[in-house]
Amino acid sequence: MSLTTFLIQCLNSLQYGLLLFLVASGLTLIFGIMGVINLAHGSFYMIGAYMAFALSPIVATTLGGGFFSVLMVGVVLAILLGYALEWIFYSYLYEREHLQQVLMTYGLILVFEELRSLLVGDDVHGVQAPEILSGTLPLGDLMTYPVYRIFISAVCMVLALGMYLVFTRTRLGMMIRAGSANREMVQSLGIDIQFLYRVVFAAGVALAVFAGMVAAPVSSVYPGMGGSVLIICFVVVVIGGIGSIRGALLAALLIGFVDTFGKVLLPQAAGVLVYVLMAVILLWKPDGLFKAG
Amino acid sequence: MNIINIRLALACSLALAAPMVHAQTTGKLKVGLMLPATGTFASLGLAIENGFRLYVTEQGGKLAGREIEYFSVDDESDPSKATDNINKLVKRDNVDVVIGTVHSGVAMAMAKVAKDTGTLMIVPNAGSDAVTGPMCAQNIFRSSFSNWQPAYAMGEVVAQKGHKSVVTITWKYATGDETVRGFKEAFEKSGGKVVKELSLPFPNVEFQALLTEIAATKPDAVYTFFAGGGAVKFLKDYTAAGLKKTIPLYGPGFLTDGTLDALNGEAEGLLTTLHYADSLNTPRDNAFRLAYAKTYKLQPDVYAVQGYDAAQMLKIGLTAVKGDISKKAEFEEALSKVKFDSPRGPFTLGKNHNPIQDIYLRQVIGKENKIIGTASKALADPGRGCRLL
Repeated sequence: MSLTTFLIQCLNSLQYGLLLFLVASGLTLIFGIMGVINLAHGSFYMIGAYMAFALSPIVATTLGGGFFSVLMVGVVLAILLGYALEWIFYSYLYEREHLQQVLMTYGLILVFEELRSLLVGDDVHGVQAPEILSGTLPLGDLMTYPVYRIFISAVCMVLALGMYLVFTRTRLGMMIRAGSANREMVQSLGIDIQFLYRVVFAAGVALAVFAGMVAAPVSSVYPGMGGSVLIICFVVVVIGGIGSIRGALLAALLIGFVDTFGKVLLPQAAGVLVYVLMAVILLWKPDGLFKAG
Repeated sequence: MNIINIRLALACSLALAAPMVHAQTTGKLKVGLMLPATGTFASLGLAIENGFRLYVTEQGGKLAGREIEYFSVDDESDPSKATDNINKLVKRDNVDVVIGTVHSGVAMAMAKVAKDTGTLMIVPNAGSDAVTGPMCAQNIFRSSFSNWQPAYAMGEVVAQKGHKSVVTITWKYATGDETVRGFKEAFEKSGGKVVKELSLPFPNVEFQALLTEIAATKPDAVYTFFAGGGAVKFLKDYTAAGLKKTIPLYGPGFLTDGTLDALNGEAEGLLTTLHYADSLNTPRDNAFRLAYAKTYKLQPDVYAVQGYDAAQMLKIGLTAVKGDISKKAEFEEALSKVKFDSPRGPFTLGKNHNPIQDIYLRQVIGKENKIIGTASKALADPGRGCRLL
């Protein structure tokens, strides 16, 4: 492997890792902080991707279009969806066993897939990247790199920093962390924990939907796309340490590097390397890299 | 081994004997459709069923004088449920013939049951080489293709274009392996060399690392197989990486069938091989396309053709045995002699019951796979491991 190739592979790893973080960040919130095993997280990602596809003609006629207006509309819809879902379904799950959480959220996957099939159909769709980001950058004389992928990486970094600051530097972040440590205590201090959790859940859903929409132009939009990201998201959260934003970012980058270089250097084992990494890290640190609280 | 063989023979003869007792030549013929009605392949299942029913309707609703009664099971493209699902048709509904399916893993499980029970089976899509290879049987037929066929034809085409070194890239699973093997066989026979075989776990779609690997290897051409969402994403990423301009890409037709609407010119000019195309423009195909579009208000595709031909096979065999489906040997003999009048062009059946057919070279122009020539004439699957050969 020449130096240029090596550097390009590092860029690939970084870019994939950041994309993983973007997708997993919502799960970190919901699973890591609220303690609900949310199997439907992949479905929210899928909903986001389909929104990017299905909303663009509607937004184009009503608001004058543009990828970024679609993003805004999508995030607003996602927050409403998340808020409603928490109110109708998830609020009953906090005190229940994990098995019941798994059953209900698995049921939601089936419902969302079927709704997707009824509303949009089973075809594969493509989403165009916005005009100003559709160019490519040359990397040496080997290949070119799409500007949109670099844009995604930048978005992920901004998001990671934003989440970190909210959690560690704001009153809201403090309340959320306190709530994850001891629900009853926070409640007895006069904080409306129910409302707080509803907001956090809505934010988690919005993050997943946002990730799906941002990733749609590079991932394309197809049935069952949620299932494939779900597992890797759980791996990110478990390696990173439950409830830690910092850990999730580090874990996502680690997986990015292991997966990228694994595919090239050890193609026969590429499918299992990420899980071997998880096993090794859990043996070394059973709570993940940075367990919060 | 011997004991197993004896037991198998005993089971087979019992299973064969049972329907003979009830051998019917009149009354309704029970046709079991085991196709995906939900999931990723649902639209393919629908096209196959539409094609099948269209042929039956054209024959006046009867095949060889027998009315058709349909029994349907949704196979969900799930191999782990396949044995149970086909048993519902074979044991519970007592069907005379099973038509299915799209997914190769499911088709393999079905073929095993069909082989054990002697039930007539026609595969209207699944391309797994093994179905007409080691799993082949007197009562198992295929109206579609084997993965080997379009791949082998493409190997010849790429060699003729003067390419010497090729990198292959696909998912690491049975279909991916089979298509690369078929391509490599023809390409290396013609003096080319497959310098690197890249793969990633199914259904992973993170291609960037492997694209960098291709760029660094600098081959003359790339041979690839992906389908559905994976194909769309691969073609987009390949173009975005700037490789489409420098390293030509080739693949079997599934790369660009049903994916062109999701693409925005990324596949333009791409050459693929398949036994069907969007613009054959023969009187036979035009008539079929018109009838299909009229009946279903949909454009037919390769899957519809395969379903249509499955019904055609059933009719020809059934006519030869005068409606008595228990006469397996006569049924087989009739099919082996016939030249099928298919919308894809005429084809015959090989000794392993796979179509011997022309594989077309197609080019993506706009939203269509236009035919630009014949990549391989009357190409027969080698049927490796088949005992009928």
